Amino acid sequence: MSIEPTSPNSRVSELQSVALPESWSPPPLIKNPLLRWALLLGIVLYLYLSVGSLEINWSRIYAGLDRGAKFVYGFMNPNFAGRWTDISEGMIESLVMTVTSTAIGIAISIPIGFGAASNLAPLPVYLFCRGIIALSRSFQEIIVAILFVAIFGFGPLAGVLTLSFATIGFLSKLLAEDIESIDRSQAEAVKATGAPWWQWINFGIQPQIMPRLIGLSLYRLDINFRESAVVGLVGAGGIGATLNTAFDRYEYDTAAAILILIIGIVMLSEYISGYIRAGVQ
Amino acid sequence: MAETLSSTPKVWQLRNRNQQLLSWFIWLLGTALFVYCWQIVSESTTWFFVWDAPRIAADIGGRMIPPRWSYINELWEPLWDTLNIATIGTMMAIVMAIPIAFLAAKNTTPSTKFVRPLALLVIVSSRSINSLIWSLLLVSIIGPGVVAGIVAISLRSIGFIAKLLYEAIEEIDKNQVEAISATGASGLQTLVFGIVPQILPAFAGITVFRWDINIRESTVLGLVGAGGIGLQLNASLNVLAWPQVTLILILILMAVIFSEWISAKVRHAII
Repeated sequence: MSIEPTSPNSRVSELQSVALPESWSPPPLIKNPLLRWALLLGIVLYLYLSVGSLEINWSRIYAGLDRGAKFVYGFMNPNFAGRWTDISEGMIESLVMTVTSTAIGIAISIPIGFGAASNLAPLPVYLFCRGIIALSRSFQEIIVAILFVAIFGFGPLAGVLTLSFATIGFLSKLLAEDIESIDRSQAEAVKATGAPWWQWINFGIQPQIMPRLIGLSLYRLDINFRESAVVGLVGAGGIGATLNTAFDRYEYDTAAAILILIIGIVMLSEYISGYIRAGVQ
Repeated sequence: MAETLSSTPKVWQLRNRNQQLLSWFIWLLGTALFVYCWQIVSESTTWFFVWDAPRIAADIGGRMIPPRWSYINELWEPLWDTLNIATIGTMMAIVMAIPIAFLAAKNTTPSTKFVRPLALLVIVSSRSINSLIWSLLLVSIIGPGVVAGIVAISLRSIGFIAKLLYEAIEEIDKNQVEAISATGASGLQTLVFGIVPQILPAFAGITVFRWDINIRESTVLGLVGAGGIGLQLNASLNVLAWPQVTLILILILMAVIFSEWISAKVRHAII
């Protein structure tokens, strides 16, 4: 059997005979064309139904544009002085609630976080702690706040308990995930020295999760401050009540002042926590 | 001399003296701050009500059971509204967040001195203010209803989506972009064929994640009048109809689990 040598010329003509597409188009995101078109049709149908069910009161919106302009104007000229005593009292209460609830939340989250780590806790403890986390994560802060206000009465205590409860779900879950992914050999080395249980936790595991714990706590401090502005809407203390009153009275300049203060404090705390986190890690 | 030194053997410590002192000092400051704050909270608390709390909790718990199942027929429409608030709100947020993300990312922004800080300011403002407060503002401007909820959700989501998206844009592989622009592609073509395919999976993940959060948030917007199932919750709470409250809470829980399941499925399919 002999292989016939192909001349370079015939090769070129062969290549030219294959019809190459003139233009290129990127491959589609979803390969199955049926699924692609069904999804597209579904989205269009959903949009048609949902937009159709909206009851838009255009005249009310038109009337509201005037107020919107007033709010924008209020944002340009925020009025800090008019209700300064109310604003400062609400702000201090919010900050106080933030600190208290974060501290309580962290103190409770750490044991629960350890209990919810599958590589440390026995199964019954694990399930119990995971149950607490799931319970805390499934309800919005505001719903918990409503229940706590009904039970504990109006005031910042209900807010502090709400935020602590919400902190548990957030912090324990992330902490447990971090503990589950630690370096086992370090913990084993500590155990091999004959260290008792608490020393094993303290020197084998705790140093590994500390940077992340600090980072998460700072992040939660931030979230708790933002949420503390909300729980006040249902009477659980903080700046929310002042803000609600300002909107009810259509005092947009005061409301703008409060919002600017919130944004400013959040920005400041983000900056500081970024600085601390960089130092810790 | 040597004996006196060796008679006090050095015990291993985790930290040296200065670190130990600093650590104690930080703990002292933290504890003092906590005690001070707790005192303020305690002063504005009516402790009589707190001691009475177990009885009240048992009382409310007793009233909440059993849920009033027949009430569910009045809840389907608010539930549909809740879904719409979250979904249309997320869609509107995407439309507004994409340009802001490109303006905020260091490698795509037209100017790091003027445009980028402005885009970052938009992101921070949107993120700092909870959707309930956005609703409060919008209800007072455009009146109560589903539209206020949709706009509130979209305004709140802009910051979230834009922040995660611009971080994804900043992490893209430069070589692919360079390869596209080396073919002589225009700026728009580089964007569409060099950058977009790289961030598309992240973008889809972020969107579904935010939609999941928005379902949760839109269930409570009705408390301030912005439509959805929260309106019914508020109405039931105002008349102390606890069996109805239980039913609504169960429904909210189901909605949250459902949305989390969908979002986990979709993200699993993408990544």
